[in-house]
Amino acid sequence: MDDINELRATLLAEVTGAADLDGLERVRVAALGKKGAVTDRMKGLRDLDGDARKAAGAALNALKNEISEAIEARKEELGDAHVEARLASEQIDVTLPTRSSPDGRVHPVSQVLDEIAAIFGDIGFAIAEGPHIEDDFHNFEALNIPPEHPARQEHDTFYFAPGPDGERKVLRTHTSPVQVRTMQSTDPPLRIIAPGRTYRCDSDQTHTPMFHQVEGLVIDKSTHMGHLKGCLHDFVTAYFEVDDVPMRFRPSYFPFTSPSAEVDIGCTRKDGELRIGAGDDWLEILGCGMVHSNVLTNCGIDPTVYQGFAFGIGIDRLAMLKYGINDLRSFFDADLRWLRHYGFVALDLPTLAGGLTR
Amino acid sequence: MKFSLSWLKQHLDTEASLQEITDKLTMLGLEVEEVIDRGAELADFTVGYVIEATPHPNADTLRVLRVDTGHGEVQVVCGAPNARTGMKGVFAGSDLTIPGTGLKLKKTKIRDVESNGMLCSEREMGLGDDHDGIIDLPEDAPVGEPFAPLMGLDDPVIDIAITPDRGDCLGVYGIARDLAAAGLGTLKALDATAVAGAFDSPINVHLDTEAETPGACPYFIGRYIRGVTNGPSPKWLQDRLLSIGLRPISALVDITNWMTMDLGRPAHVFDAAKVAGDIRVRMARSGEAMLALDGRGYELNEAVTCITDDNGVIGFGGVMGGEDTGCTEETTDVFLEIALFDPVRTAATGRALGIESDARYRFERGVDTAFMPPGEEIATGLILELCGGEASHQVIAGGAPHGARQLPFRPDRVASLGGVEIAADTCGDILTGLGFEIADGTVIVPTWRPDVEIESDVVEEVLRIHGFDQIPPLSMPRSEGVARPVLTMGQRRERWAKRALAARGLVEAVTWSFVSDAQARLFGGGGDDLRLANPISSELTDMRPSLLPGLVAATGRNIDRGFDDVALFEAGHTYADDSETGQALVISAVRRGRTVERHWAEQPRAVDVFDAKADALAAIAACGGPADKAQISADAPAWYHPGRSGAVRLGPNVLAHFGELHPRVLKALDVEGPLVGCEIFVEALPAPRAKANRAKPSLKLSPLQPVTRDFAFVVDDAVRAEDLARAARGAHKQLIADVRVFDTYAGANLGEGKKSIAIAVTLLSYDQTLTDAEIDAVGQQVVAAVVKATGGTLRG
Repeated sequence: MDDINELRATLLAEVTGAADLDGLERVRVAALGKKGAVTDRMKGLRDLDGDARKAAGAALNALKNEISEAIEARKEELGDAHVEARLASEQIDVTLPTRSSPDGRVHPVSQVLDEIAAIFGDIGFAIAEGPHIEDDFHNFEALNIPPEHPARQEHDTFYFAPGPDGERKVLRTHTSPVQVRTMQSTDPPLRIIAPGRTYRCDSDQTHTPMFHQVEGLVIDKSTHMGHLKGCLHDFVTAYFEVDDVPMRFRPSYFPFTSPSAEVDIGCTRKDGELRIGAGDDWLEILGCGMVHSNVLTNCGIDPTVYQGFAFGIGIDRLAMLKYGINDLRSFFDADLRWLRHYGFVALDLPTLAGGLTR
Repeated sequence: MKFSLSWLKQHLDTEASLQEITDKLTMLGLEVEEVIDRGAELADFTVGYVIEATPHPNADTLRVLRVDTGHGEVQVVCGAPNARTGMKGVFAGSDLTIPGTGLKLKKTKIRDVESNGMLCSEREMGLGDDHDGIIDLPEDAPVGEPFAPLMGLDDPVIDIAITPDRGDCLGVYGIARDLAAAGLGTLKALDATAVAGAFDSPINVHLDTEAETPGACPYFIGRYIRGVTNGPSPKWLQDRLLSIGLRPISALVDITNWMTMDLGRPAHVFDAAKVAGDIRVRMARSGEAMLALDGRGYELNEAVTCITDDNGVIGFGGVMGGEDTGCTEETTDVFLEIALFDPVRTAATGRALGIESDARYRFERGVDTAFMPPGEEIATGLILELCGGEASHQVIAGGAPHGARQLPFRPDRVASLGGVEIAADTCGDILTGLGFEIADGTVIVPTWRPDVEIESDVVEEVLRIHGFDQIPPLSMPRSEGVARPVLTMGQRRERWAKRALAARGLVEAVTWSFVSDAQARLFGGGGDDLRLANPISSELTDMRPSLLPGLVAATGRNIDRGFDDVALFEAGHTYADDSETGQALVISAVRRGRTVERHWAEQPRAVDVFDAKADALAAIAACGGPADKAQISADAPAWYHPGRSGAVRLGPNVLAHFGELHPRVLKALDVEGPLVGCEIFVEALPAPRAKANRAKPSLKLSPLQPVTRDFAFVVDDAVRAEDLARAARGAHKQLIADVRVFDTYAGANLGEGKKSIAIAVTLLSYDQTLTDAEIDAVGQQVVAAVVKATGGTLRG
């Protein structure tokens, strides 16, 4: 038995002393291989007899197990060290830039349209659309603007050449023709907004020949100016995401509404920066009024039964005011620097529950 | 419309401050655009007394002044030739900013002599061009007090915007009337004392218009005044006109301008000596001509209402008088015209001639039909007062065209339409204050308010005076429960596609709906019905037939800014014709340059047709369209590269085009490639099937692993990969789950006109593990199907 103890001590020392996996393998072969020291002793068992063989066999088996376990343990130790050594040689510069990923944008006009739709959709307004190339009836006549009306001169209308019937088509100067089309095609009660492109033959610092408007129309039997004020106040508060937006309704004139009003919102101007909210200045943002009875009649709705309001807001202007954009002309220039700065990432879908703007 | 505060107070007796007046004007719908208060702006510039002026020791042209500022004595170095001992001038102390130059004064030394402030010229004060010397103030000017009142500059000028309906406020008197109605003072009565005529006018007036064009000029009051002297008008009148930017000309002309601006009642004065025979108002005949008071000659047509004498046209009705019969310094006898012209015909006259005038502006909007006789008396009175002379009896032709308008008015409409309860009595008081008469459920509209045409206009008048701010806001009644979705399928598709393309790295642009004619023609447009008659520029003449020209041009601009890699998209409309159905919603994308920037780990490559195809399919998929079922064909319009472009279609229905842009098109647009683009026709996408609920199809998973086998076929060049893949897919519908083309190859070893297409076929069984024999059998079916469909061979 001393002999075995001595062997155990030697082998365990060799296992512990193995410097690497190859060395350990050599130790394993020398101990447990076909010609290994332990295997040799096992072979020697057949020369013993009876109880001695039994006892020696048990001892050798225990030794074999013990050495195996020691080798496995040492192997794990050496393996870990090996991996660590490899990893240590695999350092890279993690400050290098990542691979590019798509980095698109949604135009501020699209974003604001989605915001407007979210707010008015919640109040039950459907979204209507109409053609940009309009006839005189829908853009003017039906809206109580006969050919010689002074208001026509203020519209800076784009005209097309007269057609075979002698009639000149126009590019719609406002989204109000969609009011007319909606009233002609749909019975009241009506609640719609109609966003889209509009055109005026005007181009300077603050005007572009194309711009975006959103029209609003409510027709039923009881909607009055108080609702008009409330509706626009609710919209403005929700849109600007400011607690208190003072509003001022001033009497004004539009041929298609009576009474008519222009609406200002409170703001402050400081160092060339405009801030929406309670302040010492006013900023005009929209025109509105109660739909003129002539317009109702022109669209086949009985003005003795139905009434309602309409409004028109400049979408580009709304975007400028909310997001601090200075130059209207830049909206249509497709300058990548501008679009990346003022645009919105694809996932910025405005919701009322989550807030319109991140 | 400009007027000064003191001018307003000539008609309005009020204690209200300037601020109260301007606030009230705005809330009455007479929006104040600007208040120019020179008195306040110049309050720091005071009267200074030059105690002594001595020559500057170091400069011949300068003088050193000892100035009494009223708050002490200062030394000022001055270069003005008129600076002298004993004068009074406008003193500006250090730290003031000079209005005319914008420079801030500092205490300084001029040629070694200390100077504290300056005495100012008119130009430096922003009062005029005079810079020959400093302003010489009167001897009695109070030293130390602001100088502005001494020069009549303390009268604030108010500029208001007048909406087209408010012709009644195109005279200062009308504005005063509105303010008085709103409780801001008392309107002073006009003195329209009748002037007794001394003789019969030698000139008579005939309204020839009224036979064939009734209403063109229904009413004309004239007066002959002889023995006038037409010199400069008095200072009060000149000051009034100057305060609103009008140049005084002569007493007679200034009186007509005064009538227009003060009373909104245009008037005209002919030099009677130059008028031949009687005056006739008629429609012009084509070919007639007149030299007008603006010094320009005009050719007339039948749209023009004109004033004529025996020699021809002497005035454009309601627009402008003629030069030849105008008044001069030598004029001694005049004929005064106070006439009524039809708004629509006046607009037509003005438009036909291209003349904008103060008279046209007022007649177009409608003048007070009842104010003809008083207006005439006031004008005659002014001429007699300022120019002397003797007036004839009035010459009256025609008469006021219609009586006052009567409208129904139910006071409860103020609440049901206006949203605010106002007692009937209060409504009555407001309306009476505005000049309405109340009679038994109706109101009689004052003659100066032709814009009040229907009952709601009367409601507006009540609300306007009561104050729009008094209407309580009320939220819209809500339907019960949660708001339902409101977007149409088209609107939802547009939104999905926009966000999907942005997620693919494209940046959304909004470009003009119009392009140049040349651009339109490149993209299949250029039709006459889509060309603007009055474009804003030659670059923006035609309604766009495609979104691509705008996007390609935008790409070019970005390249010029230094961005070589561009990826843009737009969602907007194209126009095939001028009808409602010619307008189509299109989503279009372009990519130019490389897919990625240079990068340490990535190899950039040039964009190609498959980027455009991927964008098109992604947008279609985002719209819920059949991106996976659609067919791809190799046909695309002429603006694409004929060999590197295609269409996404469902049978004959084209959903999208994609491809490289044709080099000829890029050259014409002056943009260098590579540039690819696509156009998705949103309205061509089939409507999704109506579904009862939002449940997705049930998920059927196989417990077994899929098996993949690769095949390569040698086929003719003309064989399309998609046809080959479809044939393979159809070989065994139950077991083949997917077929994917993963390689193509063309080389000499395959033979001329041949190529190799490699596919990976995935087999999936749902019930039992496939045996090798079964897999081989399907493989053979795949080979057979492909060979049959393409005429190719399995590549050995």
